[in-house]
Amino acid sequence: MAEVTMKVNGKSVTKSVKGNTLMTEFLRDELRLTGTHVGCDTSQCGACTIHVNGKQVKACTMFAGECDGAEIGTIEGQAAPDGTLNAIQAAFKEYHGLQCGFCTPGMVMAASSLLKDNPKPTEAEVRHHLEGNICRCTGYHNIVRAILAASGQDVPAVAAE
Amino acid sequence: MYSFDLVRPTSMEDAVAALGQEDSQPLSGGQTLIPTLKQRLAMPSTLVSLSAIAELKGVSVDGNTLTIGGGTTHAEVAAEAGAYPGLAALAGQIGDPAVRNRGTIGGSLANNDPSACYPAAALGSGATIVTNTREVAADDYFQGMFATALEENEIVTAVKFPIPEKAAYIKFQQPASRFALVGVFVSKGADGVRVAVTGASNDGVFRWSEAEEALNGNFAADAVEALSAPSGADMISDLHGSGDYRAHLVKVMTKRAVAKANG
Repeated sequence: MAEVTMKVNGKSVTKSVKGNTLMTEFLRDELRLTGTHVGCDTSQCGACTIHVNGKQVKACTMFAGECDGAEIGTIEGQAAPDGTLNAIQAAFKEYHGLQCGFCTPGMVMAASSLLKDNPKPTEAEVRHHLEGNICRCTGYHNIVRAILAASGQDVPAVAAE
Repeated sequence: MYSFDLVRPTSMEDAVAALGQEDSQPLSGGQTLIPTLKQRLAMPSTLVSLSAIAELKGVSVDGNTLTIGGGTTHAEVAAEAGAYPGLAALAGQIGDPAVRNRGTIGGSLANNDPSACYPAAALGSGATIVTNTREVAADDYFQGMFATALEENEIVTAVKFPIPEKAAYIKFQQPASRFALVGVFVSKGADGVRVAVTGASNDGVFRWSEAEEALNGNFAADAVEALSAPSGADMISDLHGSGDYRAHLVKVMTKRAVAKANG
């Protein structure tokens, strides 16, 4: 066991963790932040996407011990404290960017990382950026439309391939 | 996963000392090693994370040489290796954005996955692999599938790339894993043309010497057209493609890479 300290959604936490504790386990089991989903646990699906020092990573493929001293962002930190959705979340709601909702936390975290680096992405850039996020409902068109809307751009009626 | 300790040294000296312990293993970005550990295919007693060692990170240019620290992520190379656009473009196409924020060039070269992109860049550029103990030319470094010249617990600290006049990488992507089904890196530099192929051979990354010879005479896609594809007999054959299919792709990807380099 080793002690780790990190800032999760702005709040400092210190815990003892085993060497093989993954960030998904740390967030979900230790901190009870269950918004970070575990879809595949093999780094394919992106449902566990979080931000580590502002960069999107798959929490299932990073150890908690490696986040010592880091700033972590999860889906729980996206809305305002009073529950007001951020622009990306609101756009997902408005444009029906979720069906079952399982992939949504990862999609929102990936989208937020895209828009930080590229505030006005093209549709092709949005699709390229979502390469590592899988929607099991296959609802990609509306996810892409939601992200384009969140970026303040015109949204095509039916997103093209 | 089996149980292990994780240590996170901040200097190379401490990392080397930690790796001296029995059954310890280095961990870089973990994008291959962590899935391997989950499948219980490795059982280290201690994982020595290299992620907190500042001297392993960064991209620098000195004259005609681009040096990348072993712990530099693919995303950082894509963003910072503008002096060598062919290499920056390759790094920006590895895996997906989350993987590129963790995976490192040193980890990729130490692992030498037969379908990884970086081995093609290193061999195709005539790069030098720098470790904590020595420097190894790429031609001597790659020794077959998952095999390299690295000794036990030797760490890739940097990779030095001579910046060529022209270079490009084209990969035919396996759509689920985004690894190269076949990837070809072509460069034209001071020492001539190099053509390095990943994803195809049972022996890992290799140089296609016939294509190099033809391209040294005429650096154009047409020069490759006249060649017959390499033999498919020693190529990887799996559910994604037969050896002959991969051999065919080697020629097609080489032509495209030359066309892109001339672009």
